[in-house]
Amino acid sequence: MGSKYDVLVIGGGNAALCAAIAARRGGASVLVLEGAPKFYRGGNTRHTRNMRCAHDAATEILTGPYTEEEFWEDLLRVTGGQTDEVLARHMIRESKDILNWIVEQGVRWQPSLGGTLSLGRTNSFFLGGGRAMLNALYLTAERLGVDVAYDAEVTDLVIEDGMFLAARLKRPIGGETEIRATSLVAAAGGFEANIEWLKQYWGEAADNFLIRGTPYNRGSILKMLLAKGVQEVGDPTQCHAVAIDARAPKFDGGIITRHDSVVFGIVVNKHAERFYDEGEDIWPKRYAIWGRLVAAQPDQIAYIIFDSTVVTSFMPTLFPPIAGQTVAELAGKLTLDPVALEKTITEFNAAVRPGTFDHTILDDCVTEGVTPPKTHWARKIETPPFLAYPVRPGITFTYLGTRVNKESRMLMADGKPSANMFAAGEIMAGNVLGKGYAAGMGMTIGSVFGRIAGREAAKHARN
Amino acid sequence: MHGTRILDEADRLMTVCNSCRYCEGLCAVFPAMEMRRAFSDGDLNYLANLCHSCGACYVDCQFSPPHEFNVNVPQTLAIARAESYAAYAWPRALSGAFARNGLVISIVAALSMAAFIFGFAALNDRSVLFGVHTGPGAFYRLMPHNAMAALFSAAFLFAILALVMSVRAFWRDIGTPIGGRADGGSIFQAIRDAGELRYLHGGGVGCYNEDDKPTDRRKLFHHLTFYGFLLCFAATSVGTLYHYLLGREAPYPWWDLPAVLGTLGGIGLVVGPVGLFIAKSRRAPELLDESSSGMDVGFIAMLFLTGLTGMLLLILRETAAMGPLLALHLGAVFALFITMPYGKFVHGIYRFAALLRYAQERRTEA
Ligand SMILES: Cc1cc2nc3c(=O)[nH]c(=O)nc-3n(C[C@H](O)[C@H](O)[C@H](O)COP(=O)(O)OP(=O)(O)OC[C@H]3O[C@@H](n4cnc5c(N)ncnc54)[C@H](O)[C@@H]3O)c2cc1C
Ligand code: SF4
Ligand code: SF4
Repeated sequence: MGSKYDVLVIGGGNAALCAAIAARRGGASVLVLEGAPKFYRGGNTRHTRNMRCAHDAATEILTGPYTEEEFWEDLLRVTGGQTDEVLARHMIRESKDILNWIVEQGVRWQPSLGGTLSLGRTNSFFLGGGRAMLNALYLTAERLGVDVAYDAEVTDLVIEDGMFLAARLKRPIGGETEIRATSLVAAAGGFEANIEWLKQYWGEAADNFLIRGTPYNRGSILKMLLAKGVQEVGDPTQCHAVAIDARAPKFDGGIITRHDSVVFGIVVNKHAERFYDEGEDIWPKRYAIWGRLVAAQPDQIAYIIFDSTVVTSFMPTLFPPIAGQTVAELAGKLTLDPVALEKTITEFNAAVRPGTFDHTILDDCVTEGVTPPKTHWARKIETPPFLAYPVRPGITFTYLGTRVNKESRMLMADGKPSANMFAAGEIMAGNVLGKGYAAGMGMTIGSVFGRIAGREAAKHARN
Repeated sequence: MHGTRILDEADRLMTVCNSCRYCEGLCAVFPAMEMRRAFSDGDLNYLANLCHSCGACYVDCQFSPPHEFNVNVPQTLAIARAESYAAYAWPRALSGAFARNGLVISIVAALSMAAFIFGFAALNDRSVLFGVHTGPGAFYRLMPHNAMAALFSAAFLFAILALVMSVRAFWRDIGTPIGGRADGGSIFQAIRDAGELRYLHGGGVGCYNEDDKPTDRRKLFHHLTFYGFLLCFAATSVGTLYHYLLGREAPYPWWDLPAVLGTLGGIGLVVGPVGLFIAKSRRAPELLDESSSGMDVGFIAMLFLTGLTGMLLLILRETAAMGPLLALHLGAVFALFITMPYGKFVHGIYRFAALLRYAQERRTEA
């Protein structure tokens, strides 16, 4: 290390590694700077499980075709049209080839899954999960001769007129604190772990957010790039947020703190009042809306309340439910007003109409005469023990980012493409995701734009 | 709460894994876990014995230490596994042997037996000890065939009895399979899974040893050891048949079946255990159950000694070294037999039982 590299990649997750491998395969010398220590390498990618790619026919790992058009329609639906159509369609087209390319980089897929998640047709699952996937990418990158430095947080970027010159490091590597390179790929994630920054948009509420992934995605690179004239994209309050167990750690609790039991009960706030139709839609939509709903409640806390008849109907949970033999006892344990909780449950039970319960479809179990209504899967909560999960907003990743073009090249504020700066992954996800989310798209954005960014950065460097 | 601290920890981890399930494609442990929501002692012992210690779920887990969830499935299951051997041992009074069954015990047992045979021979006729004996029946100059057969049959039968009783207790405790009974298909499946070490492959890439680069080395050495052992066992069995059915006495010429099987098996038993020992000593400590390494090394050492003395005997049987070598070889075999039910040998039996249970559960689920 110490000499000048063709391509410098900042970050160490899926987007960064795809870029590094593509750049190296494109003939460039490559250095990857990962801000985290080795164990935490790979940011949020460590916590992922699957990736959404278009494909024309069923395969060993996917149960059916998922056409480009269908992918596009899904994206249109979740974003409500807030997406860059040219980029999005380009990404979807490229995603077809990524399915195989990623395997060529040593990543293995799991044969199609039964049961728990209804994604067997659209999404491919990494064998062993995201960390296994990352391990494979790192092994391949190192075998190809990519240099990787850990604990290598970038603290400053030297950029002149939209041209990257050098990056400064917190800790020197190979005696150097300044690394020069011909092209830059920024793949350093979003800013979800930067509570101070989140507070600018969410106010004090952000103190009660839990961050599901890495504590290392503090958005420092994004902030530097925007400050140095790169064009911004996306709404800073838009992000992927779900309701997760309030007992989860502040950072890095990962996938296992989620709850998917909303459909089997009711959700109340700290005043023991219901505030939204728990039966509005099926997974994954209901999964992705509850983070925001809880964020809007006082103190950003809510409680999923259900009874003993349904405990085996959803995925086992890390934290056990809090239990009470009576509603009042449960309320006491949750520090809710017992009278208020009893009233809410009694009113809800009285409003439940008979129907045939089926949680896999929008069934006909509804309430009548209660606000908000529960429009599907409404059943009385009456068989003790009464159970509850406390939940808080769990932030997955943010959408504010750097604008890019089809070459994954950053666009400057004046609309001109940067000479040598590329971006991939979460840091530019907002180009495609104006709002909303469909499972597996985070990895698609990282892999597709990572590969493009690496290839283009190498091309630029070797010109 | 469970019977032991390690089962409490295994329960905690299985709760974490059951809400994660990222590892479900790596081996049989995770799908078996997913069929359960709560875990009895028996369930945890079953899962522990299904684990082949490939290490993949440690290297692939986003929650392994230093993460605060501190998930280390391979090490926890390794400790639980070792404790399960003692928990089901028969007779109960001997279950403590697992804790002490180190290298020393096995070697002392082997040497004592060798000394006994040596002494036995010396008592009869000093000159046979260092004499040169050739031709059929040469071995029995040291100890008459009947005495040898009686001694080893007794040790062998005891070992079999103890093993059957132990594994019966294990089989009962791991519960009736969720929904099914033992059938031919499951048995065949379990034999295949055990025979090819299907789950020692980290989901396909190999086993994790000293670092995060997987290899197939442990699988290879395990195969050499296991099939070496089987070949040696076959050699002895064929020899016994030759003796009783054909009236042909050992030693047999090198090209004859017992000698050929013994030679091939011996090579496996020398190379395999050495490879396993080296792999073990290089393995990342966070994957290992250090507390039972004595038991492991003792077993590896006895296999190695059995193989080595057997090979030396084959080469030097027409020299004056035959007497002492035969005594050593028989001592090693004897020690192997009597320590079998109380040492690492049982892992194969329990693992097979667990694989059989798993095969049954899968078939009934399908
Ligand atoms: C619990 C959870 C589950 C998820 N599941 C899925 C899923 O199944 N499928 C899916 O598609 N998406 C999933 N996502 C979203 C997905 O994780 C992200 O979209 C994806 O990982 C983004 O990849 P990336 O490479 O852009 O960023 P990351 O993987 O987060 O990598 C960013 C990297 O930048 C490094 N970094 C940050 N700042 C600096 C700096 N100043 N200097 C040097 N390095 C720096 C970080 O250490 C990190 O390594 C999940 C997210 C979470 C939290
Ligand atoms: S070992 Fe880790 S990654 Fe694997 S299932 Fe358990 S918690 Fe999940
Ligand atoms: S160490 Fe290997 S065999 Fe054991 S549980 Fe983990 S993946 Fe399965």
